[in-house]
Amino acid sequence: MSIVGTRVVRVEDGTLITKGGTYVEDLRHEALTGAVHATFVRSPVAHARITSIDTSEALQAPGVVAVYTAADIDLAPGQAGPVAQPWLADGVVRYVGEPVALVLTEQRYQLADAAELVDVDYDPLEAVASIDAALADETLLFPDLGSNVAQVTGGEFDEHAFDDCEVVVTETIVNQRVAPAPLEVRGAALAWGEDDRLTVWLSTQNPQLARTIIALGLGVGEERIRIVTPDVGGGFGAKIGSDPEPVVLGWAARRAGRPVRWTETRSENLTAMTHGRAQQNTVTIGGRRDGTVLAFRLEVVQDAGAYPRTLFLPTLTELMASGVYHFPRVETSSKGVVTNTTPISAYRGAGRPEATAAIERAMDLFAAEIGRDPAEVRRTNFIRPEEFPYQTPTGASYDTGEYAAALDRVLEAGGYHQLRAEQARRREAGEPVALGLGLAAYVEITGGDGGGESGRVDVNPDGSLTAYTGASPHGQGLGTSLMMLLSDQFGIPLERITVRHGDTDEVPTGVGTFGSRSLQLGGSAVRRAAETVIERARALAAEMLEASPDDVVLDTDRGAWHVRGAPSSATVGWADVAARAGDGELSEDVWYDEGTPTFPFGAHLAVVEVDTLTGKVVLRRIVALDDAGPVVNPLAFEGQRHGGLGQGAAQALLEVMSYDSDGNPTTATLADYSFISATELPDFELLHMATPTTRNALGVKGIGEAATIGSTPAVHNAVVDALAHLGVRHLDMPATPLRVWQAINDARKAD
Amino acid sequence: MRVTIEVNGRTVSEEVEDRMLLVHFLREQAGMTATNIGCDTTSCGACTVLLDGESVKSCTVLAAQADGHAVTTLEGLTGPDGDLHPVQRAFREQHGLQCGFCTPGMIMASVSLLAHNPKPTREEVRTGLEGNLCRCTGYHNIVNAVVDASGQEVAQ
Ligand code: FES
Ligand code: FES
Repeated sequence: MSIVGTRVVRVEDGTLITKGGTYVEDLRHEALTGAVHATFVRSPVAHARITSIDTSEALQAPGVVAVYTAADIDLAPGQAGPVAQPWLADGVVRYVGEPVALVLTEQRYQLADAAELVDVDYDPLEAVASIDAALADETLLFPDLGSNVAQVTGGEFDEHAFDDCEVVVTETIVNQRVAPAPLEVRGAALAWGEDDRLTVWLSTQNPQLARTIIALGLGVGEERIRIVTPDVGGGFGAKIGSDPEPVVLGWAARRAGRPVRWTETRSENLTAMTHGRAQQNTVTIGGRRDGTVLAFRLEVVQDAGAYPRTLFLPTLTELMASGVYHFPRVETSSKGVVTNTTPISAYRGAGRPEATAAIERAMDLFAAEIGRDPAEVRRTNFIRPEEFPYQTPTGASYDTGEYAAALDRVLEAGGYHQLRAEQARRREAGEPVALGLGLAAYVEITGGDGGGESGRVDVNPDGSLTAYTGASPHGQGLGTSLMMLLSDQFGIPLERITVRHGDTDEVPTGVGTFGSRSLQLGGSAVRRAAETVIERARALAAEMLEASPDDVVLDTDRGAWHVRGAPSSATVGWADVAARAGDGELSEDVWYDEGTPTFPFGAHLAVVEVDTLTGKVVLRRIVALDDAGPVVNPLAFEGQRHGGLGQGAAQALLEVMSYDSDGNPTTATLADYSFISATELPDFELLHMATPTTRNALGVKGIGEAATIGSTPAVHNAVVDALAHLGVRHLDMPATPLRVWQAINDARKAD
Repeated sequence: MRVTIEVNGRTVSEEVEDRMLLVHFLREQAGMTATNIGCDTTSCGACTVLLDGESVKSCTVLAAQADGHAVTTLEGLTGPDGDLHPVQRAFREQHGLQCGFCTPGMIMASVSLLAHNPKPTREEVRTGLEGNLCRCTGYHNIVNAVVDASGQEVAQ
């Protein structure tokens, strides 16, 4: 009986629900005995010249061990895309939250007092606080670059692209900046050993990548860095690899000759951890009145923040521009600009939610313009099942998809036609609470980085199994999923399987967890290693059973080898095989890099009620179908979808990291940032469909980000749809009461 | 100042700074690290514990205010033989946790919610847990877990 595909409660939970996880702050490791505590003094202004830093008073404060500034640091500066990013601000600060000094104290309670006393004089410069200000190029963040535009792609458009269109619609859509806000903020603990190696306990999604970054930053060989990833309280893309802070801390631990512990505060986290999204996208969509789209153009402007770390985001958005549709002509361009704001990096979806939001708003705008139902217009333009593999005009090669079926299932389950009738009734009756229906059909790319993953499987002398993965799960339940796969392959129960990850001395090679890659690549790697180990075991079992290897079979119900056709005669168990095996014979370490990107897809229907008198939006329902191929553990799979739906809806309705025109963040505490709570979300209605891919050993696609990608435009479209009869054509996210009320008011005035 | 608090049935008496927060007392002095800190504005609920049976955000209570009182944290919920509390069992069964960081606070808030309202509706669970943030689960399975722990059928 196969365990794969059945609902299995997570092995990870046992400790988490009784003792709690061991996160960086919880470590009581002896190597950290006597550690000093660290905090960064951060810039309170967006753009300024530092005229002086006086640390003398801080150095006198109780418990202060050291105060370091850029002048102390003897490391080559780091590189953020095309510009250098100093480890501590050197001469100029470029965003509120930029690290300026590092304070070390004996006690945690002494940190804030000492940091207060570091006296920094700032001579303010004009702030570039928005995309428009950046594009104006009047004030430059990096005069050496000659412009605030740090990267340009495409842009040579065909001026006749829309000539044959009966209708052309264009709109500029803001995909607002949001804070990833994992519930555990960033933290690290660092200790140099007697062997002159640095151990870094780090809250990261990618220990091996963090090792590379920290070694490079410190100018030492990678063999001198060990990363240990304890439990990680969420990452969502913002804990990929390592930020600059751990490099500074590693340097400080050496300079001070003490282990160092660091945990940022939440208010610090909201400006000092990278933000996500932050695009301004201009869509132009044209076609015929029968609903056929003939041409689509997407012009992306990515706000990269002060130090452009992740300029692949806008190009990934370009790659996925045409979504689930077969459009004859697609044109894209992108610009990445620097601003005096927190640097932008990956956040759940990273480039794909932005593409989906743009095309799915565009489809609704087009449908509204020609007066057709948005579901029907989508259906007219879908890539059909027989067209796969499908090469998009932007260069993506979609593997498999059933886009129309997904949408139809959602419409059916949601009762779309009844909902439309109810909407019409309310409008007719002039009811103040309007009903809105929003659709999104999406495709996304997982494992899109094109890299591989490591996997190792050992059969232990007692017949138990240990697997090692380069993936670095932090809530996804990947450990349980891998155990399930192995249990099926070996016939060994879950209780006798252990999955290890996160310590670079134990798992020296790996890529880690991002881009929904872990199961398709990490899972395939472990499976591949397991296959090799099983074949070697077969040879051993054959010797013991005195049969030819071709004649012995593994009974995966019992975890025992026997001669084909004679299951009840002599059998050999895993411990028996292990006893006969030579050293390392039943261990295999593989690097799996044959998996190419896969393309999960789905359709979402959101139902909102909008009080047209107050602008308040209530999300009533989300009906979601997310197809990522065969499912290993439905429990974890659904959990990933739930989380994605929550975060996606949060962006549509509530969340935004705002700055004023001087570059001051105005939502920089959790009291100001509208982190979504249980009362703002409905129960989720999930539908199931599993279309396998041919592109990896397991046939699976990634599910970590899919539901985030679909839900944001579905909810967004629902809000606009609710207001359509009042003349509202578009409004930007988040759909806060004020925004909605203003949109209604503006439409009324225009009327 | 000296503060004496009964933590999970054990008396912990320590000399601490006046301004020490209860959450730090629990984590550092009592060695109970399950209780987490997720914010500095009393917004997230990761630090929720029971103080004389009532849920409080332990980042908003001074250790001194808890002097002479009893505190229960996640570690104190498990029975002497390792038996899980119904809320712990339900969080696992319903997949009410992912990264686990909000979980200690979420479970303690749920225990308190059920003490006041033994058979809550789904809406009541959502309202009752409004002060406890989770970034991973979208709350759906947390609601399921609390409904399950209350002995009611989980319909979703
Ligand atoms: S730590 Fe966030 S409410 Fe206490
Ligand atoms: S499980 Fe990660 S924050 Fe709730």
